[in-house]
This record gives sequence, structure tokens and C-alpha cells, in this order.
Amino acid sequence: MTVVDLGMPGTRIAYGSGNLYEETPFPEHARSELGNQQMRANIGHATHTIRAKRGRVVGELPDWQDLRDAGSAIKQEVGARLPELLEQFEANVTARGGIVHWARNAAEANRIVTDLVRAKGVDEIIKVKSMATQEIGLNEHLEGQGIKSHETDLAELIVQLGDDKPSHILVPAIHKNRDEIREIFSRRMPGTGKTLTNEPAVLAEAARTYLREKFLDTTVAVSGANFGIAESGTLTVVESEGNGRMCLTLPKTLITVMGIEKLLPRFADLEVFTQLLPRSSTGERMNPYTSMWTGVAEGDGPEEFHLVLLDNGRSAVLGDPDGRSALHCIRCSACLNVCPVYEHAGGHAYGSTYPGPIGAILSPQLTGVAAEQNNSLPYASSLCGRCYEVCPVKIDIPSILVHLRDEDVRTKHGERDDAAAQQRSTVSAAREAEAAATGAQPEPAEHPDRVKKSRVPSEMDVLMKGAGVVMSSGKRMALAEKALPLGRGALKPFGGAKWLPGMVGGWTQERDIPVPPSQSFRNWWRKHGEETEQRVARDLGSTALAPSGPGEAPSSSLAGHIEEHAGWGAEAQAVIRARAGQSSGGESTKSSDATSTGEEQA
Amino acid sequence: MSENVTRPTDREQDAKAAILSRIRYALRDEPAAPEVPRDYRRASSLDHAEVVDMLEDRLVDYKANVYRETGESLPQRVGQLLGEAVTIVPEGLDESWIPDSVRTVRDRGDDGGPLTARELDGLGAVVTSSTVSCAETGTIFLNSHPDEGRRALSLVPDHHVCVVPLDSVVELIPEAFERVSHDRPITMISGPSATSDIELERVEGVHGPRTLDVILLG
Amino acid sequence: MKIAIFATCIVDAMYPKVALATVRILERLGHDVVFPAGQGCCSQMHVNSGYIDEALPVVRNHVEAFTAVDYDVAVAPSGSCVASLGHQQPMVARKCGDEGLARQAEEVAGRTYELSELLVDVLGVTDAEKQLGSYFPHRITYHPSCHGLRLLGLGDRPTTLLSSVEDLELVELPDAQECCGFGGTFSFKNPDVSGAMVDAKIKNIESTGTGLCAGGDSSCQLHMNGAARRRGSEVRTVHLAEILASTRANPLELDQIADLSIPRVHATITPSSAAGPGGAQAASSAGGAR
Repeated sequence: MTVVDLGMPGTRIAYGSGNLYEETPFPEHARSELGNQQMRANIGHATHTIRAKRGRVVGELPDWQDLRDAGSAIKQEVGARLPELLEQFEANVTARGGIVHWARNAAEANRIVTDLVRAKGVDEIIKVKSMATQEIGLNEHLEGQGIKSHETDLAELIVQLGDDKPSHILVPAIHKNRDEIREIFSRRMPGTGKTLTNEPAVLAEAARTYLREKFLDTTVAVSGANFGIAESGTLTVVESEGNGRMCLTLPKTLITVMGIEKLLPRFADLEVFTQLLPRSSTGERMNPYTSMWTGVAEGDGPEEFHLVLLDNGRSAVLGDPDGRSALHCIRCSACLNVCPVYEHAGGHAYGSTYPGPIGAILSPQLTGVAAEQNNSLPYASSLCGRCYEVCPVKIDIPSILVHLRDEDVRTKHGERDDAAAQQRSTVSAAREAEAAATGAQPEPAEHPDRVKKSRVPSEMDVLMKGAGVVMSSGKRMALAEKALPLGRGALKPFGGAKWLPGMVGGWTQERDIPVPPSQSFRNWWRKHGEETEQRVARDLGSTALAPSGPGEAPSSSLAGHIEEHAGWGAEAQAVIRARAGQSSGGESTKSSDATSTGEEQA
Repeated sequence: MSENVTRPTDREQDAKAAILSRIRYALRDEPAAPEVPRDYRRASSLDHAEVVDMLEDRLVDYKANVYRETGESLPQRVGQLLGEAVTIVPEGLDESWIPDSVRTVRDRGDDGGPLTARELDGLGAVVTSSTVSCAETGTIFLNSHPDEGRRALSLVPDHHVCVVPLDSVVELIPEAFERVSHDRPITMISGPSATSDIELERVEGVHGPRTLDVILLG
Repeated sequence: MKIAIFATCIVDAMYPKVALATVRILERLGHDVVFPAGQGCCSQMHVNSGYIDEALPVVRNHVEAFTAVDYDVAVAPSGSCVASLGHQQPMVARKCGDEGLARQAEEVAGRTYELSELLVDVLGVTDAEKQLGSYFPHRITYHPSCHGLRLLGLGDRPTTLLSSVEDLELVELPDAQECCGFGGTFSFKNPDVSGAMVDAKIKNIESTGTGLCAGGDSSCQLHMNGAARRRGSEVRTVHLAEILASTRANPLELDQIADLSIPRVHATITPSSAAGPGGAQAASSAGGAR
């Protein structure tokens, strides 16, 4: 439910700006990406590798589901207590010598960072990989301001040197294989020449040599944060290569950009998340390095520490009770690695900084579902549910996808005009702010108050309406099914159909339609339902069957309760159990462990 | 702290008020903060010897070299591992751990201040102690104590010899977190630096120390 | 036991032989089968397409149809549609502000079972050859559709039944837990990705060397089968119910699989001695009857 307050919407709901928008609808973008066989082979190889690794290390822990439950509850608590936790966090960071800045949107955050860098009189910075700075387009902005930003994470470096775009949350260069990386390095990295081979160790060594000078000389670093601890003001960066430690330790000034949802209430909560995150993301028991710091430490690390707290649409996500759990995301990318849609289409097809299943919900939530650029993303899923199965904080991605589809339909039907208007005004305000910061002319934006009034029913509307009428009545179903012999007669000579018009032509693009049956079950049953004896005689002849053990009191249907570990919609199921007062079945919520899905056998 | 620190502007104060107001509005349905279920393991059920074995196993799995020494045999092992390398030693490290054969330097430059990053880069190795180690994940926690030094010391030199006293070994992550303090910087180390950025395969050796020698002392 | 069959819209209209197979299995166990005449669809297509308001009458119709008739338990030959009853119908009713309907939907969902779940959990069938007379002398593989797998947690129920069919050889499907790419309207809204997913599924089925893939969801099978045909693959699909219904006396022949109609032997009215529905109890020695 997205509620827009008409009184003073401007101060209450504001959507995000920056690199969150699709330029091409997902189906079209995916179609062109699917043509890139090299990319698909690279992603297929990498995602299958990581699935197996994740499965092994998750399977090692007897209390994985308990950790997921704790992680999910902690993040729920963060959402519920966000105002007080943010104030507590700010107070603690400040008390320890840090300086806290607040940014409503991408443009504000970019301006704050730019001003801080300028104040240091430098035109080069080093960067730790960060989704928040990717989201706000910090590098592009700094470039426009004459400040060169050096990405120091290996994958980010590959993307930056290759003039490419990230395609994965954890491994932005996942779409490149070792040969392509070797080519980029030998072309763009001074001093690498012909000796460079495609061995990952050799490529990593080349990056080490190239970046070492930057680490030693650069005085300002920019990072993101994986976690911020409200009760202590502690910040955490989780990494592998040591580039994070370099950036967090050697420069004189550190600027950290952190989304407001990254908080944890207590320091002890890290005992949950440092277990959940590495096993879910790189499939390791623990990532090589995790750094934690609280403000400024005398004689150890940066002398000046700035923290930029970023909203950029997060508060809008929080305002939707059915979708707010998307803010639990800890950017592990487990959902990407198991998603068949991601595996085939690749990360670029999602357009936004956040690809994969989490991106398919988070991007449109941050920008508002009314953003036409992103309204194809909630449909970029077959709802197979693997994303929920592996999510370490139990974000119910399939249910949120369905919720966002509902919101999209309502927007198109004119039931969300206020949100749509708010979305437009956010975008135009962001454009103006960006223009003000860069001194450029703002791109012409649609007038914020102009809401599309064209309410011609879409093909989908007609299909759904019609199907709804038929499918909500047995009589009408029976009537409609009278047409089956007609279809059968028409298609039988051709062995089926190969082409359908319009939207449903998407079906026949990939599949044949079989010759329909001569009559429906319903219509057959009316005539033959009572022929039980003949059917049994025909099937069994004189064979006698062994007795089957009857369930004395039938156990409750599985439809009434859904496994917690794999079945999404678990909250709905808890309600079902509580309200229906079903006694049985409660014990089975954990009875079938993950091996039954094949997940941990990978 | 330097003089020309940029403070938040009024505009940013407005931003704070606006963001908090948006959040409060977003929470107008007053969602409840749930009780956090902590049914995961928080205390080990293993013998300490098993825990130490597990730590060794996990460290080796992630390509650290592991040695078991006593107080008596420790200096010899340290000397053998460091060889000719010029080694930085934190001020608070037990001097008896370092044999005379090792070429050591202290964290003091010509100007009396700490060594610069470039000076650290010219060194061969570092020896530190450690605060606590988690066996289940093969993770060593440094908490910036005097015998661990500031963070740069255990980062820039390419070879890290880390001493883990056996009584600082625990099995589980929650047990480890109980023994560190967020008042000082914390570095969690699990093996030598590594990357999974090329085809999601783990490769050891990037920016952090490429050799991690762990001495289990007890 | 009196068992209500929920045929599901796709089986009713496109795969009537699958509903018939379900009926045959239950009847030979001695149960009375009823077909609530008002039934339509579970509403999943509307819900998953975002048309929650349009889904409401579909939900209401299902709940009314399965409340109006007297029965002990209901069964559907589809994991996805059964999951939808408990997973989506109450949600739709609540979103539309009808708490009473939501509770009724929960009650209906609580006694509606997927076929393999009903057979194993409620009727105690674990040996299809001995307890159902099932006979299917072919090599097959099995694809567990996503919603049965993850929403219902069917686990090894379907494969337990299949591997106990006389003369059936079950070959494990590589990457079985991967989605086939159907996804309801996803299949035509994102045809290219859906097509890439089914490509992978078909290749995996081909790699088993069986050419025939069993499953519990006709919608996925409509998609997989149609895609195999389009790609010139020999791969075909068959519903779990059809295999379990197949017996030595009335076997399912491979050349019958392509025709979706009710087999001719069942579609001609044969003179009946006396028995109405339930009369089969005399002909069956099954112990599952009430």
C-alpha cells in the first residue's frame, strides 16, 4: 500500500534519483543481452561456481535458519526504530570525532562529497567498492567536477578501466572472463605488457602493483559501509582484497557514504551478520578482511572522518508496509547467483545499480513504481522462489514482486495518481539539483502535475478482465469450453498453432500450442462421472490391490502451512495458522530441511 | 584533527530534519519492533583442544600457514619465518618473542613520528599478537592493542606473522565478539588477502599481506 | 472418504485426461469422487499478473464452490494451484478487505491437497505398483515444479511414488530444482528469458536420455512441451497422475501422450449394471475407504 498525503507530499514522500532507472524496458534489454553468448557463458560459469560454494558453507552450519531468523528480526527492528536509531548513531559518531552529514538524494550526497574533497585541495581520491556511491553516480559526478576517482576493488577496477558498467552487486565484472580481463589490463594498465597472462593470480598481482602507488600517495578516500552500529557509532566494511583496509587506514581523510537502512541497533548484532553475509555472498566461512572503526582513532588511521547518511528513496520504501522489508538487504547477492532470470539475462538487463531479484524490487521501490522506466522490473521474474530460499535476511522477494505488480496495475488504472505526481516532482527536483551542482542546464522534465489521463484499457486489462469473468463461474467455464471442439477442428490439421497475435504472441514466439482436447473435463464429467465401476474394472481387471494405510485424521494440507526455509509468504502462513487454529502441521515448518529442495546438494 | 575541517551546513541540517520527518511519516502505521530470536549457537560445546584443531584446519583451508609453538620454541620459529626480512614490531609486543637474529624496526620515523605508509611499504614483515580467534570461521581479531599496533602496521608489509595465544581461541563468532571492544579499531583477518572477482574463483594474494603465518602459542 | 476434485482451469480445459487420471486413482482406492460444479480457477494468473481486484471474484468463486459441496478432503493435480489456495487467496481477500472470505479461504486451503501429498500423507500410498496397480514400462525423468517444491515442500513424495511404479525406471534430472521458465504471464511478457530458461531445461532432460519428463503441473508441461516442439526436440512431458493411473490392464501408451483428449475408452458411455458413484468399493480391495 502506498499512501500519499495530499496535504504536504513534498516533505513526506520523496523517491530516489541517480543510477536507479532502466533506459530500456527489461524484456527488450534482456533480449539484446541474451544475444551475448560470451557474457552468458561467463555468468553461467560464475553463478554455478558460487551456488556450489554457498551450498557447502551454509550446509556446515546447524543453526543457519536460526541466524536467518535473527537477521530478519534485527532488520525489522531497525526499520521500526529508525528515527531514534539514526539520532543515536549520529550522536555516537559525533562524540567520537566523526562529522555527520545528511543527504536527501543523490545530488545532495554528490555535492557534499565534492565539497569535502575540494576542501582538502586534492583532485584524486581512492575508493572502496560501494553500492551507495554507485547508486548516486558519485564517480561520474566527481569526474565532471575535475576529480579523478580510482576504484580499488579488483572487479570495480576492471569495470572502470574497461569503460563498462557493473553487472553484479558483489562482483561487478562477473560478465567478463579472465581473457577479457587480461585484455583490458594490458590495454589500460601502464607497465603490464606482454608478460601478462590470463591466470587470475597474475591479474591480481598486476592490480596490486598498479594500485599500490595510489594507496601510498592519495590523501582522501571514499567508502561505503556494510553496517553502522547505533549504540556505538561503529562502522563496518567487509571485503576480501585489502583494498578496503588500505583506503580506510592510510589516507588522512575518510568519507563514508551510507544508506540510512544500514544500521544495526547493537554491536552484538554483528555476530549474526558477520556469519550471514560472507557465506551468502562469496560462499566463504568468512571473508578475508572486515574493518570496524568508531569515529577517529588517535594515532591510528584517518585524522578526519565524515559520514554522509543517504536517504534517496529509502524513506519511501519504508512507507510501504508490504514492501519495506526490501530495506533489510545486506547486498550479499545470493539472490542474483541463484536466479535463473539473472543467469540468462545478465545484470545489465536490469538497468539500475541493483540487478537481479533484489534489484527487481528495490529499484522500482526507490524510484516509485510510477516511474515508467522501472515498471517492467517487477515482471522480470518467473516467481520460482529461489531468491527467498537463499536470502540471509528472509526478504520475501516473490511476494513483494507480486505486490509491486499490483501497484503497477493500479498506477496504470489511475488509482495512484498522487504517487505518480510525487514521483515526477522528485525526478524533476533531482534534475534541478544535479544541474545546480554541475552548472549545467537541467534536462527538460515532464511537468510534475501533469498526470496521464489516458485510461484506455490495455491488452492485458482486457485479457485479465475477460479471464476473470469466465474463471469466476463454473457455468461460464463450461460455456467457454464448448468452443474446444471448434479449436480442435481448426488446429488438428496443422498439429497445433505456431502463431498468436498481439501480446500473447510472446507465447508462440517460443512455443507451439498443442491441439486442444475434444472436450473439457467438466463437460465430460457431466456425462461420465458416475461410471466409477466401469473405470475401476477397466483399469484393474482382476488385480487385487494391497491395502493402503489410511490417514486416520488426515494431516493438514501443505497448502495451509508453508515451509519457512523455502516457502515465501511465510508471514501470511503464520497468520493462516494462528487464525485457522489448525493444530497440526506446526512441527513441520522445519521438518523438511533444505536438502529436500536440492539447494544444499549443489 | 586538522584545522580546515568542513562542518555540516545549515542546508544539511535541513536535510536531517526532512529525512527524519519522512521516516516518521513512513512509520505512521507504527510497526512493532520484534523480539529478536537468538536461538543460534552462542556458546561452544566442544573441548578446547577440538576448538584449536578446528582453528588450525580452517586457517590452513584459507591458505594461512599454521605452526604450534610453546613459549620456549616461539622465538626460534619467529626467527625462521622472518629470515632476513626487515620487520616492524609494535611497541607493546613481548620482546622475548623476537630473537636477536631478526632485523627489527620500531614505528618511529626520523622526525619522531610514526612511519609513513611509504616507509612501511619498504619493510618486509610485521609481527603482531592478536586479541581473539574464531575457530569455526578461521578468523583472527586484532583490536589495536599495543601488541598489535595501529592498523597500518599489519596491513602494508607483505608478510604478517601473527601470534595466537591458545587461551584466546574460541569456537564461535558470538564468543569472539564478546572479547573485542569497539572503542578501538577492529580488524578481522581470515587468511591472506584474496579475491573472488575473476570468475568467482578465490585467488589468494592481492593488497593485504600475501603471506599469513599464524603461530598457535600455548 | 469423499474426495472433491479441483481440476484447475488449465487441466479442465486443456488436459482433461489428467483430471480423469486423478479420478481413476482415487476411485480404485475406493473413494467417492465429487466434482464441485461451480469451480473455476485458483486466481493465480490474476494475482501473479498484479490484477488483485480482478482476482477477488475468482477467489470468492473457488471458496464458494468448495464450501457448497460436502466432502472430506479436496485434491488437485497441481502443486502450483494448491499452493496458491493457501498462499494467495487469503492475501487477496484481505487486500480487498474481506476478512470473512480470507478465513474461509484458509479453511478450504487447509483441506485441499496436491495429488502426491494426498496419496502419501493422507491415503498412505507409498508403493504405487502394489497399492495402485501402477504400471509404466518406460525410462523417464522428473521435473519438480517450483511451487510444489518450495511453497508446498513436496520433497520426495512424487519421486517415491514414481519409482515404485512397476517397470518404471526413473533417471535423475540434472539441475532439477531450476525453474522451467513458465512463470504464468511471465512466459509471454518476457518470452526471450523464458525461452532461454526452457532451453536449459530441455537440454537437461535430453541429457538423461529418456526423452520423457514427468511432472506434477500441467501449466509447466504445456510450456516445456510446446517449447520442445518448437525447437524440434524429441522431449515430451507426461503428468504424474497419468503414470500412476496407467495399469497392465489399461496401460498408457507412448503414442497416446500427445493427444490431450480424454482417451476414447473413457469417453463412450458404457452400460452400467447398477452402481452409481462409489459403487467401485465392491470392486476394490483398497483399505483407504471410509
